[in-house]
Amino acid sequence: MKVVVCVKQIPDPADPGALDPETRTLRRNVKLILDESDSYGVEMALQLVDAAGEGSVHLVSMVPNDEVSGLRTALAMGADSATLISDEALAGSDALGTSRVLAAAIERAEPDLVLAATESSDGYTGVVPAQVAELLGLPSVTFAKEIAVEGSTATVRRQTEAGADLVECPLPAVVSVTAGVVEPRYPSFRGIMQAKNKPVDQLKIADLGIAAERVGWAGAGQEITDVAEAPERAAGEVVVDEGDAHERIVAFLDELKVI
Amino acid sequence: MALDKIWVFCEAGDDGVATITLEMLAKAREVAGTVEVFCGGDGAACAAELGDHGVTAVYATGDLDGRMKGVSVASAVAAAISGGGVAAPDAFLLGTTYDGRDVAARLSVKLDVGVLSNVVDLRLDGDRLVGVEPVFGGTLNVTSRFTGGGPDVWLVRPKSFEPAVVGGPPAEVLDLPVPDLGSTGGAVVRDRFTEESEGPKLDEAAIVVSGGRGLGAAEAYSMIEGLAKQLGAAPGASRAIVDAGWVPYSYQVGQTGKVVKPTVYIACGISGATQHLVGMKGSKNIIAINKDSEAPIFAVADLGIVGDVHKVLPKLTEALESR
Repeated sequence: MKVVVCVKQIPDPADPGALDPETRTLRRNVKLILDESDSYGVEMALQLVDAAGEGSVHLVSMVPNDEVSGLRTALAMGADSATLISDEALAGSDALGTSRVLAAAIERAEPDLVLAATESSDGYTGVVPAQVAELLGLPSVTFAKEIAVEGSTATVRRQTEAGADLVECPLPAVVSVTAGVVEPRYPSFRGIMQAKNKPVDQLKIADLGIAAERVGWAGAGQEITDVAEAPERAAGEVVVDEGDAHERIVAFLDELKVI
Repeated sequence: MALDKIWVFCEAGDDGVATITLEMLAKAREVAGTVEVFCGGDGAACAAELGDHGVTAVYATGDLDGRMKGVSVASAVAAAISGGGVAAPDAFLLGTTYDGRDVAARLSVKLDVGVLSNVVDLRLDGDRLVGVEPVFGGTLNVTSRFTGGGPDVWLVRPKSFEPAVVGGPPAEVLDLPVPDLGSTGGAVVRDRFTEESEGPKLDEAAIVVSGGRGLGAAEAYSMIEGLAKQLGAAPGASRAIVDAGWVPYSYQVGQTGKVVKPTVYIACGISGATQHLVGMKGSKNIIAINKDSEAPIFAVADLGIVGDVHKVLPKLTEALESR
């Protein structure tokens, strides 16, 4: 079974950088790391291949520069190989432009199953997995809490407003994985060493037959017209607990007439 | 100049039309002459309530027979406006929900238009909508608009607008046939499970009690549930403990979770990462309990308690019990 996992390298959320005042997009000239949201898809893929007894995990990612450190993290977890579309033309891509590139790269890998996070931690549009599925003409199940593969069918427990749906889906298919549903493994020292020699195929969008005007700023079909500081919320009273802070909370709730 | 027509994605449950749908309808009526909805399911059941909120027509697929809502509804809408004799709206509004995102994503590919996500405000700028999206934990508001030919597809965060009843006749129910989905339609729902929760829903509760990494261990989340039960509140969580697997994703408050705006939000052992703040800082009153006096959560709290949640919460729950 061949599983492709879409992963994104993002600025460290602990130090996310800033908006570029000229282009009004996130500055990407900071160090990029593997989006933690994607570690669940990578782990899920590794577990599914283990359960199947055979197969491989291939990563697909895109970036405007040639950053690979986030990919190496996922390779160190155990993924076998990666395709990185690195092209300056990708800067400013919206979700649909991103999906066009990922879909083209996934198609070449001919996977049985495509996994992705439900949304990235930085852009968080939450639409890329289903867009990729539509572009590839595949069924999709989003917000998966559990996935089991039996032959050419995936059974997915999908989060819903009311609880969960049990969904049966023929493969190949695209499934987005909810954070927290598996415990991502820490890369071992051996894994980290092996990752350095695993194949990372670097492509330009032209290699995928994608025209520059379909991605990046040109393909986004949207523009930012204003960036403004949000009104700040003022801090209130701060009390150090001396064993009676709960009384202050009760009094506060009383004032609000909610108890 | 107002838009001619907006289509709002209608979601509904046993207790009627979803709040997010009613919120979007209120905004849609402000900016467009005609407001219609489209839904995956039965339209007749919602027609009266939708009419009351100013909707004139509901395009409904009828029972989907287990097929996924995203691909079914998007395919039906695309077919209707590309050859089904239905005039395309100027804009689609969909909620940032499990199904809303799926429909928006599939629709954007079918119509070859972009999607703007996580919008918390919409207004007219000339004859086109602009939308506001919070970034960096809500410290910055980015305003964007579409530059292509449209129709525009917007994904709206819940709690962005107030529902408004205007009174109107029941919406006319029109058929929105789902075409043959081919290879995209293979996924089918075999069973549905309802997670029974006693208290109010997280995004509708007047009081929310949330726990974070400061609880120390998954077992300690029972303190959050105990306090929530005592207050008639909904229990919530930070991303950190959802990622750690202590509680399900449905509990998550924040950028990648739910947006809540309760009367009172009680953050317990939550440091206040930007990821969390964007989901709760619209609360009317915020109480924070955290050991670290430097925690960013205190910058937004009306009442901050510098203390150990393991000591404060049991006493608080007990004090409320004895009232």
